Amino acid sequence: MIRILALLLLLSAPAFAISDPAEALPDPKMEARAVEFGKTLRCLVCQNESIEDSGADLARDLRKIVRTKLAAGESEPQIRDWLVARYGDFVLLKPPMTLGTLALWASPVICLLVGGLVLVMMRRNPSAPPKPLSEAERKRLEGLTRT
Amino acid sequence: MNRRLLLLAPLGLAAIGGVSFYAMLRGMKRGTFDPRGIPSQMLDKPLPDFDLPGFNRADVLKNARPILINFFASWCAPCIDEAPILLKLRQAHVPLWGIAYKDKHEATDAFLVRQGNPFAHLAHDDAGTVGIEWGITGVPETFLVDAAGIVRWHFAGPLPPEAADALATRFTS
Repeated sequence: MIRILALLLLLSAPAFAISDPAEALPDPKMEARAVEFGKTLRCLVCQNESIEDSGADLARDLRKIVRTKLAAGESEPQIRDWLVARYGDFVLLKPPMTLGTLALWASPVICLLVGGLVLVMMRRNPSAPPKPLSEAERKRLEGLTRT
Repeated sequence: MNRRLLLLAPLGLAAIGGVSFYAMLRGMKRGTFDPRGIPSQMLDKPLPDFDLPGFNRADVLKNARPILINFFASWCAPCIDEAPILLKLRQAHVPLWGIAYKDKHEATDAFLVRQGNPFAHLAHDDAGTVGIEWGITGVPETFLVDAAGIVRWHFAGPLPPEAADALATRFTS
């Protein structure tokens, strides 16, 4: 049974968003470039998928634009600029480092620094041992724990 | 006392979270906050060149007064919700031009008969290329273009009634 299932799994095609082979460029090298580049571009409809992974209409249109422009000899940075001019930095899955995204990029470093500072401070003054119980407290405790 | 304060700290954080969440939900309900919204790159920039069956950039400029341009489609459910709001704008004499986005012409015409036609002019963006040129991510989206052909305001999604009222008063005054 398991073997049959494994065989069936092998037979099933991987789920690529490009279900229509007509979308792909005839030159496999160029197509590979388009796929690689498309993976860095955000689908504006699904917002957490790249245009290569998304099944949305707009993603299909953008895939087509990327391929047409690549085939016409435009470079990836040129196409990226063209898209950013229309959709803003949001179209890039990896946000560029700007003043606005500085906090985002710096956050891992900030977390490390704050954590390290807390550790150092805890080492420097370990919390004082608790004060011994007063006479009244000791009596109360005895009363509570007597069986 | 100090310990009491420390105990209150998580409560305070939860309260801040709760208030922010409430503000966010209220903004979403009123249409002033859209968590999926993407700021338009067209703001304060001249309208890109376009030539569609229906009207082109020159027609918009010839008009020489501010207009609203609305992208819509017959296949878009939020556009049905927006239809009465657009009709109200038309009644308030707000110049409203429509661009049918990736829609069959017959389907667009049937939609405008069914929902009422709020548009003074209608163009067809069959391939959706003008939509991409303007950076729209879906329909409906609305652009306010001033007399000089500069985009002054943009809204993605059906216009909230409050926004439509504000536009109507701005246009009539």
